[in-house]
Amino acid sequence: MDQTRLRELEDQCIQECAPPCAAHCPVHVDVRALTSAIATGDFQTAFKTLYKTVPFPEIIARTCNQPCQAACYRKSVGGDIQVAALELACIQRYDHLITKPMLLPQKDARVLIIGGGLSGLTAAFELVKKGYQVALYERENRLGGRLWSYNEDQLHGEVIHREIERIIDLGIEVHFNTELTPASVSSLQFDACYLGTGAGASNPFNLLTNPNHSLQVNTDTFQTSQANVFAGGSLLRPPSTIFSVSDGRRAAISIDRFLQNVSLTASRVNEGAYNTRLITNISKVDSVEIVPPAPTGYSVADAIAEANRCLQCDCMECVKVCEYLKHYGSYPRKYVREIYNNLSIIMRTRTSNKMINSCTLCGLCEEVCPTDLNMGVVNNEVRQTMVKTGKMPPSAHDFALRDMAFSNDARVALNLTADGSETCDYLFFPGCQLSASNPEYIPKLYQSLASVLPKLGVMLRCCGAPADWSGEQELFAQTMLEFKTQWLALGKPKLVLACTSCLRMFSTALPEIETLSAWQVFEAHTLFPASRQYSRSLAIHDPCTSRYVDKWQDAVRTGLDAMGITHHELEMSRDLTECCGYGGVAWLAHPELVQDILKRRASEDEADYLTYCVMCRDLLAGQGKPTLHLLDLIFGENLDQLARRKGPDYSQRHENRLRAKEKMIKLITGKEHPMTESYERYTLLLTPEMRVTLEERLILVEDVQKVIEFAETSGESFKNQQTGHTLAFFKPNLITYWVEFSREGDAWRVHNAYSHRMELEGRAS
Amino acid sequence: MSDSSLDSLKSQWTCGKCGAPLEVASVNVSYLGSGYPVDMLVCKNCKRPLVPAELALGKMLEVEKLMEDK
Ligand code: SF4
Ligand code: SF4
Ligand code: SF4
Repeated sequence: MDQTRLRELEDQCIQECAPPCAAHCPVHVDVRALTSAIATGDFQTAFKTLYKTVPFPEIIARTCNQPCQAACYRKSVGGDIQVAALELACIQRYDHLITKPMLLPQKDARVLIIGGGLSGLTAAFELVKKGYQVALYERENRLGGRLWSYNEDQLHGEVIHREIERIIDLGIEVHFNTELTPASVSSLQFDACYLGTGAGASNPFNLLTNPNHSLQVNTDTFQTSQANVFAGGSLLRPPSTIFSVSDGRRAAISIDRFLQNVSLTASRVNEGAYNTRLITNISKVDSVEIVPPAPTGYSVADAIAEANRCLQCDCMECVKVCEYLKHYGSYPRKYVREIYNNLSIIMRTRTSNKMINSCTLCGLCEEVCPTDLNMGVVNNEVRQTMVKTGKMPPSAHDFALRDMAFSNDARVALNLTADGSETCDYLFFPGCQLSASNPEYIPKLYQSLASVLPKLGVMLRCCGAPADWSGEQELFAQTMLEFKTQWLALGKPKLVLACTSCLRMFSTALPEIETLSAWQVFEAHTLFPASRQYSRSLAIHDPCTSRYVDKWQDAVRTGLDAMGITHHELEMSRDLTECCGYGGVAWLAHPELVQDILKRRASEDEADYLTYCVMCRDLLAGQGKPTLHLLDLIFGENLDQLARRKGPDYSQRHENRLRAKEKMIKLITGKEHPMTESYERYTLLLTPEMRVTLEERLILVEDVQKVIEFAETSGESFKNQQTGHTLAFFKPNLITYWVEFSREGDAWRVHNAYSHRMELEGRAS
Repeated sequence: MSDSSLDSLKSQWTCGKCGAPLEVASVNVSYLGSGYPVDMLVCKNCKRPLVPAELALGKMLEVEKLMEDK
């Protein structure tokens, strides 16, 4: 990830874009903050929020035409928020808080303001604060201009006087009853001028005009045809008090820049009213009607009620649906910055490694994001960089990668055609985890498929997903190449798959290979057994890698119908489905988070679940959610019990893969093919608690057996004088395993097992 | 490791190979290219070190994690 990519990603997340109210307000009153404060009864904070951007708060609250309401997300669900009335509610209570603003030290430059209406007064206010000498010329005998045309009930003269005086008192020199002409202007001393005279006024500088006699004014900088003269207010547009304030302020920025001799145009995006990119999803928002203010203004309770109608608009679509994004307490715009920083750190501790490795790469975020930002893609990309630059913690994915290596080892992998011929038309590829969870289904499924697919071969191995998920691009490419070589040798058979993650890997890496799901074959050949029964309606949990794979999703539903199983949809199903936590090797990086992911998913529906990925099934069932695999319905007995069974532990998963292989060899060739290693002679005695300990410490039964074999054959061990236990270690590869054991008849009882990655180098001195 | 836990281990374990008692020695442990010495028990004769569960799952694991994030 480089700077450019970071910027692109940051820009793609619209969470920090202004809500429509603030964007459409030409002075960008932070309406969201205002209503949020009022909603808690904090009118004082709300007032400060308003006064920060509006120097004439009461005049504005009483006269604003509320452009903020134009795109208010509340509009269609009860009516737009009554912003001006809420502003007035704060002013009525906290107007006395107004303090004199800080003025910068006085400058020499002198600015002429022509016209004492709101835009001229705002320009004067902004410039006097910056230290300029400001002289204001007004042709009438009072300031305020058009403000005096409102009726007294709406805007009393007393309010106009009060709010204007506060500004004049800052040190603005005012000349009343003076209409400037070209002749009188030329006698005045000034460095820049603001013209805020309203429509149809005279043109003392003989500035260039448009064919309709209006002044030629740059709409971004308010500069006229004379470089030091700027113009705005109702001489430019239909009268609007808030736009007059905006014009006066923006012209003042230009005048300041002009007098400082810096660019008038640099970085002035979204200065006036604009369309925001923020999108807020209101599909689940209930309609709530406007709370109208009384003629004298809101009561406290009514103001609070109205403020509570504000939706506090933001995006957060992805965070709402993803436990991972929620866990870290922020949102993607912030996360990508954090990830980028983590990559750039050289000497200090990289604190975001775990965060990067905790994403399940499920892609749900992209599906719900208005701008299609996929944090899974980002995290996977970053993992690849970490691997390439040697910054990936070795323990992050090691266990999963060794599991994959095990599945693809010649001892465990299998490649067999039906009749011993060299090639096949179809190749059944059940995936390493189906063999690991339910080896008994492999031959059954093969037989069903073989009954309708001519020349069906079988291949048992891992598709390479753990390598892809870990960011191990080279290893993944190599795994795919190995597969492809065998596939070519088999005569390019069509792949029959039973796992959507395998599908994802093959369709991205080897798109030339034709694939179909076992469920589609069952569907096409009406292989689903009729009239199966389950006591309740099952809710379908689609695996995350089935997202956008309609054919698989449809075939499963057709199958359920064919079997007579009542089923229904989860709210988050099909393309909106959630990952169980197995994806992206998140289960290894962040087991506690995966528990939260599972809890969330399990609690979404009261019903028992039905899925078609064994990892989803085992994880959900492990969480206590009764869950069936589609194959349970097809081949299983006693479904209630099957739905509640826990999946096998890691050691058993290895064992099961070997059993699946033996079964397939037996089925196709008729030959027995017992597979044993020398260490398997060491029969272990493990209490259920010890099994859990091994599982938590990621130690396999075979690791324990190897230690005992080593100790028994080499004698290298320690003896405990009190208990008689033996303690020994063995380091088959990177990890050193320690086991404390004792002999019990023909077996070995395990009292403790643990491991470490640090290497023992012998004596220091 | 604390002296008292070293003492109690020392009184419990002997070498399974040569039967010799254990003694405290400074052993270099290393990970990802950096190492440091730790006091632990080794066989007086064979010098084979004994890493108790407390050390492997405590201090060693902590240091492993720290070094992995560097
Ligand atoms: S609902 Fe609130 S935050 Fe959203 S646009 Fe309306 S006023 Fe602004
Ligand atoms: S869905 Fe998430 S990533 Fe997309 S814009 Fe919204 S907050 Fe940002
Ligand atoms: S890919 Fe999945 S887990 Fe990762 S951020 Fe997106 S929704 Fe969350």
